[in-house]
Amino acid sequence: MEAVNLLSSNRYTEKQIGYLFISVLVNSNSELIRLINNAIKNDLASRNPTFMGLALHCIANVGSREMAEAFAGEIPKILVAGDTMDSVKQSAALCLLRLYRTSPDLVPMGDWTSRVVHLLNDQHLGVVTAATSLITTLAQKNPEEFKTSVSLAVSRLSRIVTSASTDLQDYTYYFVPAPWLSVKLLRLLQCYPPPEDPAVRGRLTECLETILNKAQEPPKSKKVQHSNAKNAVLFEAISLIIHHDSEPNLLVRACNQLGQFLQHRETNLRYLALESMCTLASSEFSHEAVKTHIETVINALKTERDVSVRQRAVDLLYAMCDRSNAQQIVAEMLNYLETADYSIREEIVLKVAILAEKYAVDYTWYVDTILNLIRIAGDYVSEEVWYRVIQIVINRDDVQGYAAKTVFEALQAPACHENLVKVGGYILGEFGNLIAGDPRSSPLIQFNLLHSKFHLCSVPTRALLLSTYIKFVNLFPEIKTTIQDVLRSDSQLKNADVELQQRAVEYLRLSTIASTDILATVLEEMPPFPERESSILAKLKKKKGPGTVTDLEEIKRERSSDMNGSAEPACATDGSTPSPSADLLGLSAAPVTNPAPPSSTNGSLLVDVFSDTAPAVAPLAPGSDDNFARFVCKNNGVLFENQLLQIGLKSEFRQNLGRMFIFYGNKTSTQFLNFTPTVICSDDLQPSLNLQTKPVDPTVDGGAQVQQVVNIECVSDFMEAPVLNIQFRYGGTFQNLSVKLPITLNKFFQPTEMSSQDFFQRWKQLSNPKQEVQNIFKAKHPMDAEITKAKIIGFGSALLEEVDPNPANFVGAGIIHTKTTQIGCLLRLEPNLQAQMYRLTLRTSKEAVSQRLCELLSEQF
Amino acid sequence: MIKFFLMVNKQGQTRLSRYYEHVEINKRAILEAEVIKNCLSRSKDECSFIEYKDFKLVYRQYAALFIVVGIDQTENEMAVYELIHNFVEVLDKYFSRVVSETLNLL
Repeated sequence: MEAVNLLSSNRYTEKQIGYLFISVLVNSNSELIRLINNAIKNDLASRNPTFMGLALHCIANVGSREMAEAFAGEIPKILVAGDTMDSVKQSAALCLLRLYRTSPDLVPMGDWTSRVVHLLNDQHLGVVTAATSLITTLAQKNPEEFKTSVSLAVSRLSRIVTSASTDLQDYTYYFVPAPWLSVKLLRLLQCYPPPEDPAVRGRLTECLETILNKAQEPPKSKKVQHSNAKNAVLFEAISLIIHHDSEPNLLVRACNQLGQFLQHRETNLRYLALESMCTLASSEFSHEAVKTHIETVINALKTERDVSVRQRAVDLLYAMCDRSNAQQIVAEMLNYLETADYSIREEIVLKVAILAEKYAVDYTWYVDTILNLIRIAGDYVSEEVWYRVIQIVINRDDVQGYAAKTVFEALQAPACHENLVKVGGYILGEFGNLIAGDPRSSPLIQFNLLHSKFHLCSVPTRALLLSTYIKFVNLFPEIKTTIQDVLRSDSQLKNADVELQQRAVEYLRLSTIASTDILATVLEEMPPFPERESSILAKLKKKKGPGTVTDLEEIKRERSSDMNGSAEPACATDGSTPSPSADLLGLSAAPVTNPAPPSSTNGSLLVDVFSDTAPAVAPLAPGSDDNFARFVCKNNGVLFENQLLQIGLKSEFRQNLGRMFIFYGNKTSTQFLNFTPTVICSDDLQPSLNLQTKPVDPTVDGGAQVQQVVNIECVSDFMEAPVLNIQFRYGGTFQNLSVKLPITLNKFFQPTEMSSQDFFQRWKQLSNPKQEVQNIFKAKHPMDAEITKAKIIGFGSALLEEVDPNPANFVGAGIIHTKTTQIGCLLRLEPNLQAQMYRLTLRTSKEAVSQRLCELLSEQF
Repeated sequence: MIKFFLMVNKQGQTRLSRYYEHVEINKRAILEAEVIKNCLSRSKDECSFIEYKDFKLVYRQYAALFIVVGIDQTENEMAVYELIHNFVEVLDKYFSRVVSETLNLL
């Protein structure tokens, strides 16, 4: 409280202490917040620049949502008013930026846009700097509105860059004019494509050339700060040139400049040069120029002491790799892998695998590389890598023999990594017959080799080896008995692990009873896998996160056409793939079923991507009727579930209003994109039922759940149910399904207690034949009185005890609330236990209502 | 965007810390300890930019004091590097002579 008092004092020192206290210790104590906000408001309104400054700093440092709500309207006014002092303008701009970052929706930018952009022309460079930061963030969200800032920024920048050293007294840092402002302006320009207006574009090009020229001139000062500041501006300019990607001579110059830096004495510069070159490598104009530096980069990789610099060098090698230098680069990367830091090994393994696959002219080289990879860094070779090599070997007949031979030789090494055993086991199981002719690799030797490693391996590997053994039984009948003995041994048949035991038992049986034909069919060679996008890429992306080297991969694939002949088609969508699917270990489960077949041609995938028009609403998913019936008497539960998606419901109703929470759970590990659920009311339904839905985030992460709120209002009685249609994109396929939403008339049923006398009175009143509906039906569920009572209550009606002379009968009463009318309903349910049948009588004042309710209720029993 | 600004001495004690993004109090100590560990293990000829988790650290050493700034990808590293120096120069001008002990009093 004292602090708040201090805030309102008029002396600067006291005020300052008050603000300091507030900005450190503010919490959501609402009383104080209101007082604080009031005090701040007063300070903002006062014309005193120091007070205004203090107030703005406090708002910026705290930046809470309540403050944003209170002040977001005021601050732009201060910012653009003519009479505010420069220092206050600066603070106001940064304060607005801060509020925008925390609560973007509360900051109304519409009217102030042009004035804010105009601030770029201000005399005071401090104001320009602050405004530039503000505009950069705003422009990232609404680039269209801030387009006018581009030309202003360019002119400002050229004025700064070409200024003589005597102008800009305050802002010259070690003989570099306004370095931070230049950097900020260049960043702002990176939010936009190259300017269309030729005059502006010409100026910008001139500007960039000046900056590049200055880098070549001898330095004006010996101090390291001078060159650092100059280089800061230079690197930012190079980023801009790369971003625009339109002027070849600028790009080449930039590339040469970076090449010079690659061998500079200062480590910082080498680091930054490698980083910039990485982004440069993806541009088509300079790709060639970048490649000329390959020797320097490889040298850097070998000799650099700093691990970050080596890491950048690896990234650059990855980016500049293409057909001509692929083998060299992969060899270098493998060398590096042997001595690399453990934390980055996995990434390098993935990169090598991708490069090897992409640029393999000759698949024998690819197989060699992967086997080397496993040998050097076996622990870090993730599953996707060896799945991939097996996929490729199976798909290509020519390399199968070579693969079998190489794997056989590799297995003979005394110490081999488990992954190698996995790959070896699989390949020999499939293609061992190709090398069986050679006496050194006869079937028995192959079997013994694998079996010698058997006990050293973990359970999944052993499982794989058991499958390989049964395949050997098929391929090499001469060693059948040996294998059977192994399978028969106690350590297999009575193995502690269930999977191994099952396999051993089943395989043993299979080998003994099946005739050779059946065995041959069962254990036929694996058919080629359908061409699929490499899951390795997806894994690499996940590791690195967005916006990095893997994006280059996307760009490179889009630009370069199919380099490998029959390699997988370049997909235009982002790399999300169906999860590594079919059990490669042979005889088992089908891949994840998708209603639409996985597309494997460019054409159909492109059609999916570009046709945004929603296809016709899918027919109702099977089983939705059952679920619908379940929801008549209850409000919470799972509405629908398939392998991809689970839909849960929670609803509450009161009188004629209701609210339903729909939970969509993503059961897979891949994101759903363009996730759009819509509630559709047929034309008949439309006037009777009012539904309002809030929009849902269109991206649902794997394993995540999103919630949608539906507000329901019953205008009049209705018979049909609305339909929930869900469309989303999973992997590369488009999913479309519909379920009935269980919003039924009985949800608006309000129970009414009444005495037996009242009940019979009303019953007689509703004696018009139209108002009564009776249904006699067979009981579908066991006739338990408690359950029946619960269902009637769940249905919404009040259960009236001791009204009916027959105690076994159930009687209920309630009122249906709609916006327009209220309809009283009475029901009586008579069970006949011997015949397992019920007679249900409903009387309401409206025929249609009786009909509908009777229908709904009859399903329940 | 600058995530945080730290001044830590060689013994690992934080002299100044300013966070521009909400970080819980107990996490701050851990963060500072890890950051200073990364910086102390660097030698003279290694570059001043370290990649740490999902952002970068730019550090500069002044006698026994390390100034470390955490930034994300939207910032130019060199510019921030010079910013650190500018900051130190301003302190120098304002407080006449900047020494570690003076900073202790901050």
